[in-house]
Amino acid sequence: MADFGKLHQAIVTRILKGEGMASPSQRQAAFDNISLEGALGTLIDKVARYSYKLTDEDVKAVKALGVSEDQIFEMVVCAAVGSATRQYDNALALLRV
Amino acid sequence: MRLKILNSGYSFGTKVLFAVIRAVSRYPLPDAAKLVFYRPDFYGSPMKEFTHQAMRGPSEWSVGDRELMAAFVSKMNECTFCIKAHSAVSAKAYHDKAKVTAVLSDLETAPIGEPLRATLRMLGKLTKEQAVNADDIRAVLAAGVSNKQIEDALAVSLAFNTTTRLANAFNFAVLDSKAFEAGAKYLLSRGYH
Repeated sequence: MADFGKLHQAIVTRILKGEGMASPSQRQAAFDNISLEGALGTLIDKVARYSYKLTDEDVKAVKALGVSEDQIFEMVVCAAVGSATRQYDNALALLRV
Repeated sequence: MRLKILNSGYSFGTKVLFAVIRAVSRYPLPDAAKLVFYRPDFYGSPMKEFTHQAMRGPSEWSVGDRELMAAFVSKMNECTFCIKAHSAVSAKAYHDKAKVTAVLSDLETAPIGEPLRATLRMLGKLTKEQAVNADDIRAVLAAGVSNKQIEDALAVSLAFNTTTRLANAFNFAVLDSKAFEAGAKYLLSRGYH
């Protein structure tokens, strides 16, 4: 039987703690959807809360700040996993009460 | 896709693999599959393992049920690529396209059992509102869904709440229906490894 907790933790540990081009603190901030401001904060907030609203301009604005595409890739992945993780943990906690 | 690196930042070996897949399947690799090949050690490889277990591991939910959950979560997140991809897989698994269409049009009147309906209702709220409460979980249990089935459904939800965000953020190209059918055939026979 799959241990979803272990498999999920493997994803989270890798994206937050493993090697990356965005700093660990940037990746954590993207995962948590906090502390990021300006165009980067806008992009990450959209990924976390209403990704269907994200546009080419949102990505261009972040690239204009000098953020590389690999850093964007990593932070978008962290934001997506972080948002989905919060939902998952919320529901699982209620199930296990 | 929205980042150039996701369109062309692959190793030579991976590009050869993409070309082989295109030659054999007659369709380009969908962006969802390409994404997991980009720097796979960072995200794609661990995510594939989780997704394969969620979607194809042992569960009282059928493959069709879980693909329908994926399509439903995708609808909540307004991800056209994922709605079409997983509707196709679910319909093929069930041999019943009308059932999938009915659920995505109107969950409350669709011809499905109450356990699945209650579970989809909960996943819909979790996806739209980012949280559920104790009453929401109790309602699913009251519909005859086991704790393990809820855990399995939540695993599908985690996989697709992640994937739909990436599909929207990176702007996965929406393929034609024949390409999604080919993709569905592949996903039914091989899964998400």
